[in-house]
Amino acid sequence: MSIGLIGRKVGMTQIFQDDGTMIPVSVLAIEPNTVTRLRTPDRDGYAAVQLGVEPSRKLTKPEAGQLRDLPKVAVIREFRVEDPAAYAVGQTLDVSLFAAGDLIDVTGTSKGKGFAGTVKRHNFRRGPKTHGSDHHREPGSIGPGTTPGRVYRGSRMAGHMGDERVTVKKLRVVRADADRNLLLVRGSIPGAPNALVLVKKA
Amino acid sequence: MNVLDEIVKDQLRSDIPDLAPGDTVKVAAKVVEGNRERIQVFEGTVLRLTGGGITRSVTVRRIASGVGVERTFKVNSPRIDRIEVVRHGVARRAKLYFLRKRVGKAATLRERRTS
Repeated sequence: MSIGLIGRKVGMTQIFQDDGTMIPVSVLAIEPNTVTRLRTPDRDGYAAVQLGVEPSRKLTKPEAGQLRDLPKVAVIREFRVEDPAAYAVGQTLDVSLFAAGDLIDVTGTSKGKGFAGTVKRHNFRRGPKTHGSDHHREPGSIGPGTTPGRVYRGSRMAGHMGDERVTVKKLRVVRADADRNLLLVRGSIPGAPNALVLVKKA
Repeated sequence: MNVLDEIVKDQLRSDIPDLAPGDTVKVAAKVVEGNRERIQVFEGTVLRLTGGGITRSVTVRRIASGVGVERTFKVNSPRIDRIEVVRHGVARRAKLYFLRKRVGKAATLRERRTS
């Protein structure tokens, strides 16, 4: 329940800290977000701030009509907040919302892995590669036999992996650069470069 | 310029000489002992160079009291005081792992003459 920002993942690099140790950082490009709408419990049943980013000329008339005279933004997301009255429609928020040392949660869409087996998807152990084994990456047993005569629901099996919403919590902000609209975060974040991410205070 | 390169640009060091596998180098690194900081020099042969840009690192091998010692340094680290090339060696490959199996004179490389 706190305000956040919409941005895009740029990639990862490493930087030296003042004590000479090197740390891995993810770089996020967060252009200033415009407050496009406020959600109040009275009218909408919940309290949130709607933010928009990335101006586009290719909006449909219904989309553009929602924004009226606000900048024509292509990406719109909402953040639940305690008190939406603290924000005003048309106001812009940028990375100065965060400071070095803050803890944040980053939400994004993980890289798709396609149809993945149990070894990759659920960290099952694989069988022997040699010595006559033909049980290389098989899942093994998936449950008991005649009793109960069925496979329990929720058994971990092969299937589609990745391309799902993932939140990485409590990442440390290394640097917030309001001049260049960049946010440097220690550690990795979900998604490929250029993927949309939501950044929230932890 | 790429955004990622731009972020690390001010941390890249321009005072480091060109290094090549086979070179004999002196690496002066800052070490902290208790609450005192001093500079420790490690001299040896460049075994390999890895990484590009800010991640560039150099592995240096030397024989210290009969035991082979390898240390890896981040070339752009602020903990490096200076790097000095003492001698250029002739190396026909990028990673000189074969030196690990050699002892004595066999572990030395011919000097590369640069005019």
